Amino acid sequence: MKREAILSRRQMLTRAAMGGAALGLAGCDRLSNATGSRSVLDAAENLTRGAQRALLAPRDALAPEYGPADLSPGFKPNGSVDPDDPDYVQARDEHFVNWKLGIGGLVDKPTQLSLADLRQLPARAQITRHDCVEGWSCIGKWKGAPLGPILTAAGLKPSARYIAFYCADTLEQTLDGTGQYYETIDLVDAFHPQTILAYDMNDEPLPVAHGAPLRLRVERQLGYKMAKYVMRIEAIESFDKMGRGRGGFWEDRGYEWYAGI
Amino acid sequence: MSVSASEISPNVGAPHSDGRRIIYRHTLLVRATHWINALCFVLLLMSGLQIFNAHPALYWGAQSTFDKPLLALTAQQGSDDSIQGVTTIFGKSFTTTGILGASRDESGQLTERGFPSWMTIPSYQDLATGRRWHFFFAWLLVLNGVVYVTNLFARRHLKDFLPSGRELRAIPASIREHARLRFPRGDEALHYNVLQKLAYLSVIVALPLLVLAGLTMSPAIDAAFPWLVTLFGGRQAARTIHFIMAFYLVGFVIVHIVMVLISGFLNNMISMITGRYAIEEGRREA
Repeated sequence: MKREAILSRRQMLTRAAMGGAALGLAGCDRLSNATGSRSVLDAAENLTRGAQRALLAPRDALAPEYGPADLSPGFKPNGSVDPDDPDYVQARDEHFVNWKLGIGGLVDKPTQLSLADLRQLPARAQITRHDCVEGWSCIGKWKGAPLGPILTAAGLKPSARYIAFYCADTLEQTLDGTGQYYETIDLVDAFHPQTILAYDMNDEPLPVAHGAPLRLRVERQLGYKMAKYVMRIEAIESFDKMGRGRGGFWEDRGYEWYAGI
Repeated sequence: MSVSASEISPNVGAPHSDGRRIIYRHTLLVRATHWINALCFVLLLMSGLQIFNAHPALYWGAQSTFDKPLLALTAQQGSDDSIQGVTTIFGKSFTTTGILGASRDESGQLTERGFPSWMTIPSYQDLATGRRWHFFFAWLLVLNGVVYVTNLFARRHLKDFLPSGRELRAIPASIREHARLRFPRGDEALHYNVLQKLAYLSVIVALPLLVLAGLTMSPAIDAAFPWLVTLFGGRQAARTIHFIMAFYLVGFVIVHIVMVLISGFLNNMISMITGRYAIEEGRREA
């Protein structure tokens, strides 16, 4: 009788603890979705960006570069790996000979650059580590045209604060077209010496799985910032009106705009 | 996680008639940082497991050697329609269905999942939200830690955790005493025993290491401080060390809670809430 009583008390305590834990978990799930608590959680992003930008003085501190021996044998492609958007398929089938990168928005001289034009520009090659937000890393060699000089040549208007990258791939089918991939970076990263528009990967033309014909490299941020299948670049003042207003495809789905961590 | 500098002043409180004496053991700052730390630890662990679930595998070195993980939590198709959770450590595989690799979701369906939903924040798979929780409470943990460590040095409390040579030689004896559930009484209870000192000291070292390993996963931090990547042996090694340190702390917390429960639960809880700790005089006879 006594033993039963002890057991039931123990059971009661265990159940109370489990119930408490379940309640806590459900609470965390609710807090994850409620707007007020979510904006409190999201405030950490500004703190991180502010702190990291302060630490990155001088602002062009380079991401670590590696040697040819470090190249990943199998660099993992992620996100879109074979876009089926009709315009892209056509450009791909023509081996991108008629493809042109549009440069516009808040610039004095909007322009268009073919792959041949881009290859004529001064190039930078770098062997860097690609860190996916999921947690894995691969090392690859990238060669391309630094973005800074291209923007300088186009002549940024004083109101330009961000650079937007419009991509060819639809990563998610949506009714309002917000499933199209896009990204935005600020001018600190846009003018960083390692920020390049890469057309070669591991000494070969960029493969389709990795963003042919052109992808962005922003080496001090996570992989999702490095837009693939870049079709058009625009200097913009704000990204509020783009997509769902958070500054990128994954940003619109809850990920941080500042992906330095 | 209790990293608590002892605020022991033997002069507080004379022995009561019942042979108990009340001392002031933990300052308000220590108590506050202790509970903030405890909250951060739970939330960081659970959101960390959510992040881990996005790619439930660990590697050594700079990059991911996908075909040779140190640890991988995967799901495999069973003989019938069901799936099996498989944990692979150093190339050896174990079936861990229900907990690791594959576990039941809210609807009771076995799903491919590194750690089960009851261990993660949010409970469902959502890397973006897991990161939001993780980085918010990482900031809180770090700021809280800075307050705690500043106090630790300013008030010269670090020595409370540094064992003397005599104490180190007495480790086997202390282990025997603990195994018999005999805990220090009287004047001996005025300071931490050698096992407590070593356990708390290890946490004071492990937490900053854990934070540094976490920061080393940040590509921006790697550009600012390339030596960090070298120190940890590469970004993927840092991720592995971050994971190992987290589970070291899980082990610490389990032992910590067990000790709190068996060495006078109410007294311990009251001392970490009000600061006041009751010491029983004399040694209990076996």
